Formats: sequence, C-alpha cells, structure tokens
Amino acid sequence: MSRTEIRITGFGGQGVVLSGYIIGRACAIHSGKHATMIQSFGPEARGSACSATLAVSDTMVLYPYIRRPDIFVVMSTEGYDMYRDELKDEGIFVYEENLVHPTLKEGQPSFGIPSTRIAESLGRSIVQNIVMLGFAAAVTQIVPREKMREAVEASVPTGTEELNLKAFDAGCAHFDEKYGQKEVSEKTLTADS
Amino acid sequence: MKTDPAGVLTGAHYLDGDFACGEGAMAAGCRFVAGYPITPSTEVVERISRRFPMMGGTFIQMEDELASMAAVVGASWTGTKCLTVTSGPGFSLMMENIGLAAMMETPCVVVDVQRGGPSTGLPTMVGQADMMQARWGSHGDYELIALCPQSPQEAFDLMIDAFNLSEIYRIPVMFMMDECVGHMTEKVVIPEADQIEIVPRKLTSQTPEEFLPYRVNGGYVPEFARAGDGYRFHTTGLTHNEHGYPVMSAECQEQNVRRLIYKIRDNADQIVRFEDDGVDGADIVLVTYGITARVAQMAMEMAREQGVKVGMMRLIIAWPFPEKRIKELAGKIKAFVVPEVNYGQMVLEVQRCAEGLAPAVLVSHGGGGVHEPETIVEAIMGAAK
Amino acid sequence: MSTVSEQTAVESTESKVEHPIAPYLRMDRMPHIWCPTCGIGTVVKCYATALGEAGVDLDKVAIVSGIGCTGRVAGYMNLDAFHTTHGRAIPFATGLKLGRPELLVTVFSGDGDLVGIGGNHFIHTARRNMDLLVILVNNFIYGMTGGQNAPTTPLTAKTSTMPYGNFENPFNLPHLAASCGASYVARWTCLHTRRLTKSFKEALGRKGFRFIEVIAPCSTLYARLNRLGTGFELMRFYHDNAEIRHDADLNDVAIDFQGKIVCGKFVDEERPTFIDLMHAHYERTLGDKYRPMPPEGGWIHE
Repeated sequence: MSRTEIRITGFGGQGVVLSGYIIGRACAIHSGKHATMIQSFGPEARGSACSATLAVSDTMVLYPYIRRPDIFVVMSTEGYDMYRDELKDEGIFVYEENLVHPTLKEGQPSFGIPSTRIAESLGRSIVQNIVMLGFAAAVTQIVPREKMREAVEASVPTGTEELNLKAFDAGCAHFDEKYGQKEVSEKTLTADS
Repeated sequence: MKTDPAGVLTGAHYLDGDFACGEGAMAAGCRFVAGYPITPSTEVVERISRRFPMMGGTFIQMEDELASMAAVVGASWTGTKCLTVTSGPGFSLMMENIGLAAMMETPCVVVDVQRGGPSTGLPTMVGQADMMQARWGSHGDYELIALCPQSPQEAFDLMIDAFNLSEIYRIPVMFMMDECVGHMTEKVVIPEADQIEIVPRKLTSQTPEEFLPYRVNGGYVPEFARAGDGYRFHTTGLTHNEHGYPVMSAECQEQNVRRLIYKIRDNADQIVRFEDDGVDGADIVLVTYGITARVAQMAMEMAREQGVKVGMMRLIIAWPFPEKRIKELAGKIKAFVVPEVNYGQMVLEVQRCAEGLAPAVLVSHGGGGVHEPETIVEAIMGAAK
Repeated sequence: MSTVSEQTAVESTESKVEHPIAPYLRMDRMPHIWCPTCGIGTVVKCYATALGEAGVDLDKVAIVSGIGCTGRVAGYMNLDAFHTTHGRAIPFATGLKLGRPELLVTVFSGDGDLVGIGGNHFIHTARRNMDLLVILVNNFIYGMTGGQNAPTTPLTAKTSTMPYGNFENPFNLPHLAASCGASYVARWTCLHTRRLTKSFKEALGRKGFRFIEVIAPCSTLYARLNRLGTGFELMRFYHDNAEIRHDADLNDVAIDFQGKIVCGKFVDEERPTFIDLMHAHYERTLGDKYRPMPPEGGWIHE
C-alpha cells in the first residue's frame, strides 16, 4: 500500500486550505488516486497558524489523519515551529524562503521559494499559495504538473483562473530555474516510498 | 420515482462530508431545511442555503434547535421533504420534537454530526457518543432508523436512503455522521438524476369523508394527507386513536404506541443493513461504524498479517440493530471486538444480542481523535488468545 | 374549495337546530374540556365566526396549538389541526407556512405556552414578520397544570407557586409584540365579542405576524386563588375596567392586578413578511436563477 502524507501550513488568510483542496482534487479527481484532505479546525483566525493535511493513496485511505508527513509545505514561521518535528527524516520540505528560516537537517530534501515576492511581481500577493503550489507540484510530482494545473483551474473562483494559472506556472518555472527539472524527479522518487 | 433533477449536482466532486450530506439531501428531494448553526455541522446548511434558492427550496435559520426541529415537523405535514442538521448539544434540544415526529408519524431526517461530549465538549473534534441518544434520546417508547456514513461518498449516498426510509415508515430518521467524516474532503461521485430513485410522499387516495389519519387496516403505516388538501385532519403528540384524537387510556396507548414500535421491529429484517468482510470462518469479528470502521479495517488487515482470522461487520444502519446476525455469529466465533469513539455504546447492543455466547470487547476512545489502528490490533490479538 | 354554506347545508340535515359555528368545530369531540365560565370557548366562537365572515377557503386554513388549556383549541377546530409540543406551536406553524406558502396558518394557544416556554420563538417570529395569525388567550396563570405562576401573572396576584403573591414582573404583551416587529397588534377581553370577532376577521385579511391577545377569565384557578368571584363577576370586572384606547402608548398597557385593561387595535401596518422579503431579495440578487417554492409547497411528485 503506497501512502503519501502531506501537511501544508501557513497563517490564516494565506490560502492553506485551498492549497490542500487543490492537491486533493488533483489526486482524487484528475489522477484516479484516493486523497483525503482534512483541514485543521480550531480557534485559528486570520493571521494565526493554520494547516491542512492530506493522505494520498492508490487504495482507499483508511486512516484519515497523518502521523509522519512525507511532504511538508510551509508558508509561515509559526506553522514551521508547530509541525517541524513530525516530518519524516527523508521527507520533502518545501518552504517560503523569505518567511521561514528553517534549521535544515542534513540529508533532508529541502526546497525554498520566495513565493510571496513572485506573487507580488504578478500583481497580487493573494496568489502566493498558488505560486507555492506550482513549486510544490514541481518538487514533489505527487501528480503530473498538468493534473495539478487542471485542479487549480477547477478550484479557484470564477474570473481568477488566468491569474492563478499564471501564479502556478511561475511557481513551476522557479523550480525549473533553480533546481532543474531532472534532478528533482529523482529526489522525489526516492522520498516517495 | 426518479428525483427532481434540479437538486442533483451530477459529476465527480471533491467535497467534505458535510457538503456531500447537503448534496445528498437536495438530491433526495429535500426542499425545506430549518437549522441552527453548530460546529461541526454548519457546513451542511451553508451548502444547502447557497443552492436552495435555485431549486424551489426554503432554508430558514431558526432561533434554536427546539424551533428547528418543530419547524421541520410542521413543514413535513405539507408533504415537503424536510431536514434539520445539528451536533450533540443541538441534538439534545431536538429530542423533544423528534418524539413529536415519532408520535405524529412525520417523515423527516435529522443529521447529527457527532463531536466529543458531554455538554459543549469538543466542538471541532470527533466523537461517536450520541449513538444511544439517537435511539433513546426522546422520552417514551418509539423506534426509529439511524444510518452511519463512513465517508463523504456515503454521506451523499446514504442521505438518499435516509429520506426514502423516513417516507416508507413515516418516522424521523437519524443520520449519525461524525466530525471526522463531516470535515474530511474526498472524492464524491453524484450520479445523474435519473439514476436516483426516491420514495415520494405517498398521499391517501381516500376522500376526506373516508379518511382517518391513523387508520392502518391491519398494516403498519397509515396513509398520509397533506395540510391544505381539504382533509381537515387532526394530529397530536398525545396518545391518539385512528381519528388522531387524544384518548387517555391504556387501551389506546397500546394500539397507538405498539404500532410505532412494531412498524420497525417487524420490518427490521428489511431495514437492517451492514457490510461483512471476511466474517465466515473468522475467530474475531469487529463490529464497527462511521469513521471508526475505516480505522478498524486497517487494524483488521494488520491483524490478518499476523495470522489472526479476523472479520468485520460494518453497521451502515445502526438502528434497528442487526440482532439476528450478531446472535448467529456469536455461536461461531471467539469474540467480538467493538471499537468506538465513546466509552461503550453499541458494544452494549453486541453484548445483549450475543447472549453470552461470545464476549464483546470494547475498544474505547474518548473522542477528539480516532483510534490508532495498533490499539485495535492489540485488542484483536488479546481477544484471539 | 368548500364554502361554509355548503358545510352548513350538509350538517343541518343531521340535526335540526345547529349552532351557527358547528360547521367549524369537530362536533364529534364535544363536550370540550374547558371549565364552566372559562373564556376560551368564547374566543373560539369569535374566531370561527370571523373565519366565516372573512370568507376564507377553510381547506387552506391550518391551526396549530401548543400545550395547555388553550392548547386544546386546535383539537376542536374542523380544520387541518395540529396539537404540538409545549411552546413550539409558533415554530411548527412556521414550518407549515414555509412548506406550503398558500396556507393560512393560525396559532392559537395560551400565555404560558406562547410567551413562557415559547417566548424565544414568539419574539423571533415577530421579528421575521412571519405570516402567521397568533391568537394568545391570556388568563394570567397556568391552568391545565393547576394554577402555577405565568409570565403574565400580574404583580401580587396569587398562584399555586406564588402562594404569597407574585413578585415577578409580567410581560406587557402588546408592547413586546410591537417592539419585535409584529405588523398587527390588538388586545381585547372575552367580553368584547363583537370587537374581537372584527379584529380576527381583519387580521385574517392581513399579512405578516398578527398578534391578538385576548384576556380571558379562569374562574377555576386564577379567580379562586385570588378571590375574584364568579364568572359573572369576572365579566363585570371586564365591563368596568376595560378601556378601549387604539392609540395607547404601548409602554402604558401593562396589566396590573385588578387594574385597567387597555384594549384596542394598537398596530395595523403593512410591512413585508418573511416570504415577501425572501422573494424580493432572491429576485434582486439571483435574478432568473431564483426558483421560489411554489404556493402549493415543495412536495415532489410524479
């Protein structure tokens, strides 16, 4: 049974839950996998730590929560501090490099992106999460990029598709420029076991 | 009949259990919802209130759950299919008029997205501790039906069944979700409207002169007349005769309440619904429902790898309880293992029905999370010794 | 549609001398349970007369009661009739109205039921201007359970649970209803049968939350516990102490123990109902996409 566990965290208002939703949708609707997304509920208001988790599997997800994520996507320091220890030693760490200053473990595949700045350069900082999503999609290859892209298009509010797809592409492009496409697919393959 | 396509959002969606439940209600033909916001159930009515205006449905947010349930019972007498949605604290308040619905024989569906209790408990976290309340929560004797979805897909599918059962037996049906299923997002496939079979409110064919609202002619379920169709009927929460008139006597009580009980008990074989997995030849049988069924399935697979012959019986309908099946299995197996997110509710039914032929081991979880599969495996290994 | 005259014709072949309101009642349930000199029967008579005079289609009239002495009214009316749980007549009626908007729904219940245990529903339903005629028979006491204190019991009046006299302030119901948004508010006593009938008839023709309080005697409990005399004396009290002031300031219409009872039609103002507001709002915000529930209800059938 192949099972991949993902946690996405950030502060309220960054679109953490939407990011989780899009990944889940990309897996479950566009790629024929099973994906269970759970958003953290609690006293989190705008600005405080917020998180969504996903369990992705080829078969029905039986245990809905995650224990040791294989993929950890971080968009805020608070979220990083709260969940940093649960990431698997070989798990993939993806982070907003201007907002999160992690203590990188040796051997841990880690990938940073200035997603907020990139989003600002597109004119709308609100699409930061989609930039991050494009980057994370490129890094992890949990589903093919185009599947994730389809899920973005299907999930964002009507009228914002173009901007969001641009953001997604910018995230992917940043990865390709910084890490090169080939190198990473090898890394993710080893991480995704 | 086939359902009204206006309520059916055909396609593959990525939905949480609450949204899926709301979609199920609309697909089932529900067109009146009264509710009061309460975590973790609110998303159900949020979904419905967004879509209802486009399909001739009316949602009203009432002042409390007492009013919500009362409004649902009232609206059901117009023939409109009705729903209310709540969680534990609100479920407690609804008990009053759930009893009224049972007594007046009013079809309706009540969703309880269970959270940790008692009292305000754990508003945002899972529990399964309202199972006995669903069965016994209102005072007096009555029977009803309770369903337990284990996934958003089932939250949709079983909602159709919940409405249909409420129509067939003219009872309030309890839809016992839990916070985990309610708040998990998964793929939900909604079929075409012409694939969805619904039981419409069946109206009496008698004339107003012939009609008596609670006459059954030896059957179980009386014929229905809508308010506003000229039948000028009377109904009451008091013990009543076939005219729907109050009669304060032991004889009338016997006629009236016996039928409320036996319309379900005598039809239990048709109503009970469960799913077996590897029960034949098993030493240990897990009896489970809702989100716990998924974790239990994982535990079962783990225990099988360790060589234990373990099967699982998943309750899709918890009430009426599959008494016969439990008794039959009890004579063949070593033990039942019953994991539930409470301190022992459905396990009591398993024990009762097993009649001492096999022990039923509770694996409790107090709420706020689900079992670790390992805990269930441990209980299976212990029971298998 | 069946009219009153047809009904009368059918009934009259069975009994030669029939009470004019017999067609509106379930005569098979007579005699009723109310005590001699109780005022509820009078209110029922006025309501039935008003139904006839208003010429409404009785097949489309539903009546909902809660629990208590007045709660039995639904059980005696020859209409679609619902005897519900204690305090919940108003929300039950809300469901009926919204489930089949063409229905004319009357709530007929007592003070303890509607503004004691049901008080929260009362204020919110008035706030929504829900299309219901709410008739509240106020006898200042819980009758059916044996004379306990009510939210309407005047200060110092004795009840079985305030044996030394009531020290809780009672509601001023017309003021409460009006301040919550009721579109029609009136108060009468059982003695004002013509005015009460007229008020019922008028209110049947209005829309929105219409509230009519009727002060009625309870000689068995309230009058006995407070030594107020016989039924005749109670009526004489209304005669001497009721004061009709349509333009009364509703701050001033609270009822003191054996004090003046200010009567009249205090509010009669057409305002959009819950259903009007819902339709208008959805038409405005959703345009052609809005599909309102049909008047005959949301019943789905082949």
